[in-house]
Order: sequence, then C-alpha cells, then structure tokens
Amino acid sequence: MDSDLIVQILFAAVKTGTPLLFIALGEVICEKSGVLNLGQEGMMLMGAVVGFLAAYGTGSAGLGVLAAMLMGCVMSLIFAVLVLHLGANQVATGLALTIFGTGLSAFIGSGVVGQTIQGFQPIAIPLLSDIPFIGKILFSHDILVYSSFAMTFALMFVVNKTRIGLTLKAVGENPHAANAIGIKVLRVRYLAVMFGGVMAGISGAYMSLVYTPMWVENMTAGRGWIALALVVFASWRVGRIMLGAYLFGLASIMHLVLQGLGWSISPNLLAMLPYVATVVVMVIISADKFKEKLLAPRALGKPFDPRQMA
Amino acid sequence: MKLKSLLVSLGLLAGASIAQAEEPLKVGFVYVGPVGDLGWSYEHDMGRKGLEEYFGDKVKTTYVENVPEGADAERVITQLAKAGNDLIFTTSFGFMNPTVKVAKRFPKVKFEHATGYKLDKNLGTYVLRTYEGRYISGVTAGMMTKTNTIGYIGSFPIPEVIRDINAAYMGAKSVNPDVKMKIVWANTWYDPGKETDAANALMDQGVDVMLQHTDSPAPLIAAEKRGLRAIGQASDQSKFAPNAHIFSVRDNWTPYYIKEVQAVMDGTWKSQDFWGGFHDDMLTLASINPNLPKDVRAKIDATYAAIKSGEFKPFTGPIKDNKGNVAVPANHSLTDQELAQVNWYVEGITDEIPH
Repeated sequence: MDSDLIVQILFAAVKTGTPLLFIALGEVICEKSGVLNLGQEGMMLMGAVVGFLAAYGTGSAGLGVLAAMLMGCVMSLIFAVLVLHLGANQVATGLALTIFGTGLSAFIGSGVVGQTIQGFQPIAIPLLSDIPFIGKILFSHDILVYSSFAMTFALMFVVNKTRIGLTLKAVGENPHAANAIGIKVLRVRYLAVMFGGVMAGISGAYMSLVYTPMWVENMTAGRGWIALALVVFASWRVGRIMLGAYLFGLASIMHLVLQGLGWSISPNLLAMLPYVATVVVMVIISADKFKEKLLAPRALGKPFDPRQMA
Repeated sequence: MKLKSLLVSLGLLAGASIAQAEEPLKVGFVYVGPVGDLGWSYEHDMGRKGLEEYFGDKVKTTYVENVPEGADAERVITQLAKAGNDLIFTTSFGFMNPTVKVAKRFPKVKFEHATGYKLDKNLGTYVLRTYEGRYISGVTAGMMTKTNTIGYIGSFPIPEVIRDINAAYMGAKSVNPDVKMKIVWANTWYDPGKETDAANALMDQGVDVMLQHTDSPAPLIAAEKRGLRAIGQASDQSKFAPNAHIFSVRDNWTPYYIKEVQAVMDGTWKSQDFWGGFHDDMLTLASINPNLPKDVRAKIDATYAAIKSGEFKPFTGPIKDNKGNVAVPANHSLTDQELAQVNWYVEGITDEIPH
C-alpha cells in the first residue's frame, strides 16, 4: 500500500464519518440531559429530504442545510412534547419517530426522486491544505466537514468547561437534585432534544447534498442507528465521538478498499468490527461497577415529573 | 337521494351477479427495495403498472416494498396469499425459500419467484439473462478504459451475480487482452452511501470504468464527480450522470408479467423456469451516451445484434475457471439449468469468491 492510497483512505474515512459525527454529537447532548431519542434515523431522513427539496427548489445548498436543520428541529419537538410534556415512553416514542420519519420522507420526496443538484463543492483551506499528508486528509473537504470540526471543539468546550455543561450534566445525572437547586429540568431537556434534532437534520442534509447529491427513499440506510451505537462506544464523551465516528467511517470503507486490493480477508468480518467494539462497551456498562467510570448519564431514559419528588 | 342509492345498489347487485366470472384477477408483488430505488424494484413496479394499464379493470394489483430477505418475507407472502391474490410475484433471490414454503401451504395460489431455481406445481421461476447485458458492458468497458482497470461492485456472491461478473470479464477480455477487473462486494443490494464508498475505493485504485450489480445510481454520481465512466444498472440512470453514463442495461418486466397474467386468466398457466433477455425485449440498452467514440458505439450495436439473434451466446466453451479446470467444454453453451449454478470465476479473474 503506497502513501497516496493511505491518504485517500483516511480522506474517505473522514468523509464517511462526518454524517455519523453530526448526528452522534446531537444525540450525545440529548442523552447527557437524560433523554434517549431513538428517532435519529427518522429525523435524519426528514432532514435529508427537506434539505434536498429546499436545495432543489432554490438552487442553494446553504438554504438546503438551513431547511434541514429546521425540519430536524420540528421532528425533535414532536418527540419532546410527547416524552417530556406528556410523559410517553422514550423508547417507544423514539421508535415511532423513526418509522414516521421514514414513511413521511419517502412520501414527500417521491416527486424529486431521480433529480440531481449541485451540492457543496470541496474547498481546500489555503496553507493548511498544503501540509503534506494531513492537509489532504483534513483540509480539502467541503464546508460541512469543517463545521463538524468546529462543532466538535465548541461542544467539548461547552460541555466540559462551562456552566451550561454543568447544568446539562446535572439534569441528566440527577434531575430531582437539579430541580431542587432551581434548574428548570424540562426546559433544559427540551433544548437538548431540539439540539439533537438540528444536528440530525444537518447530518441528513450531508447525505443528500454532499455525500450522494440526490434523494432516494431510505438513503441513510441505518446511519441513525449506528450513531446511537457510536454514543455508547464513545461512552458519552464528545471528543471520543469524533474519534469513534472516523473509526466507524474507516471500518466501513476499509473492507471495500482491501477487496479492491485483492486481500482475501472476509469483508463481513471487517464490517462487523465497529459493532463488536460497541457490544463490548455495552457489556462493560451493564456490569454495574464500571458504570460511573463510563459516564452513562444516570437518569438516561427515565421520565421526570417536577410534581413528584424522588 | 334514497331512491337513487337504492337504484345504485340494485344495479350493483345485478352487475355483481353477471360479472361474477369477471371478478378481477388479484396479483401480488413483493419487492426487496423501495419502489423509489430507481433500479431493480422500481422496474418491477413499472412492470406492475404496465400490467394495470394493459388489463385495466380485469386485474387488481397490490405490492409490498422494502421486504427483508428472511423470516419477514414468509409473513408478507403468506399475507398476500391469504388476502386472496391469485398470482404472487416474489422479486428477489432471497425470497426463494419463503416462497417455496408458502407455495406448499397455498396450493391454489400461483407463485412466481424471480431469479431463483426451485420449482413446484404452483411455483414457477423467471430469470433475466442479465449476463447478456453484462457481456456488452464488459466489451464497452474494455474498450473505454485507459488504465486497463475496470471495477465491479457486487452485492452478494450468489450465482446470478457471479455469472454476470464472468460475463463482464469475458466481454472486456475479448476486446482488451490486458484488462484487469477489480471486484468489491458491498454486501447490500441498496445503500447509496455504501455504494458511493465502494465506487470511490475502486476509483482510488485506478479504476476508470465501473460496472455495478447493486441498485442505486450512487456509483454513477461518484464517477461523474471524478470525470470517469460507469454503466447503469436495472433502469435508465442516465440523468444522474450525463457525462459519465455509458448506457444502462434496463430490465423490462412488463411483457413477461402480461404474458403470465394472461395465462392465468386463460387457465393455461403452468409452472416453468423462464429465462428472458435481449431476444424477448426483457432486457434493453437504454440511453446509450452520444459522447461514446464511434468504434465503441459500433461494437455495442454489433454485439447487441449478435446476442439478440442468438448467434452469439456468452457462455460458450471452451471456458476454463480460474483454478484451471474446464468449466464449459468446447462447442457447448451452458444450458439455463447450468447457468443457474455458476459458482466459479473464469480464468483471469484473480480474486476468490467469498463464502
């Protein structure tokens, strides 16, 4: 394997990992507030179709992304009202959101199946893209990839270094204690869920505007579910999500690359790796004594009703 | 108002008793992908629509899309049989065993399974000679490639796909003795993202013409982006890649579906293993790109004519497999039964079939 090929593989890994990164960043914030939203795939698909429709209608990929963000937000609001306001079961509601989003996106997108648009073009960052090796891998992408870098670092800062981050974690760890010191638990959770929706929308837009600039039914093909696994894999840490997303990206293209090179390693085995890693992390988590170390929000998936005290 | 509705219902009753014999024939379809995949399932649905157009009120069709190949398929097929369908088409290889099982339980319902090989009294199979299109694809790719490396995105290593890989390679080799073919298995029929990854992985490794046996137009779009070439699969995919697109090998199920429904109506339907290709217009070359060089275009037309007339059959011996054994003896063309069981690569393909 020559170095050119390695650069190309890593470049592709970043590209493949980007939609996972966006959606998993959204989901990790949502889960940190104690809400498990299994509707990622549905929100992502709605983002993808609405983003495509908007970009197709206006000719502007930027507007497409905006529309996708808005759509993701609306989808997450439906979820938020049901689980936060009405106290519906989070798992069931999330699944319903995915099924709903899958069906609705197919329905509203049926008119533009087979249309093509001009998506985002890659922009090489001056100077940085000239760095050998790293430059091509990291700094010759499109604008959405760069925003995903910025978003990751911004979130790392907010979650770990600011009061907002503390509030978010307090709500996810012990909502009753947070409530007692005057934090509006439901408001924080609403915002976290909506942030998740916006990120899922961008992730969908990345699929339909950049990755494969077209709309076809169910085009995300399970990436929303991978993102959920990714959050567990990263044990709810923002920085690790980025690493994990690129690892997942790498694993999912690696078996294709190796086959092209004529390696006789089983493609299924390689494709399986990220999931094996996730299962291992899951097993460790379910062994209770490690739980704290791995930072799973303690109130994850549990409804909170401010009128009831623990 | 009341009188009117009474008259209408009386009229309906009278109509019903007369028309009892002409109750519409109910036909069910099971698709593996979404009808909007613009590939395999889309073309089956075009066939279904063609059926409705041709027979009008005499048929009533239903379809279930996105059916996973496995236990779920059995449930869906059973449901269609219970719902009173007279004829059920299951349109993917992986529906074979579920269809066989359900067919045993509903002996009065007629079943047809696409691309399979298991028959029963009330279960027929129908197969497209996609390898004919694949051979022409290979010939074209072999002439068009500048790097002498063509790429092939496979779905699953089943006989149909392996047969087509062989056909494509033999086609390419017939015009370009130096050609190499890189094969990548995507392990999916339909995942635009993954198909893009596969296409990019191939193009990174020097492939400049791509063939695919997966169903989304994503590889064509990837080729368009890089200014390379690709051939469309199952339906006309030219609009996705106006420059990259060479031609699409389009499936055309309508004539077959009409023929089979007619046979059921006439009471002449019988279980058979039907193979259709260029000769039956069940395969066509769609949207051949005008930007092809003249000699390539002429070769495409000549090969098409030779296959359509039956003068040339791609799997005619002597053919060796890539382990050196004789796969097809001289002066023999593989029969349909033999074609259904191709599980070897032809000589020259350096890969091994994954298990």
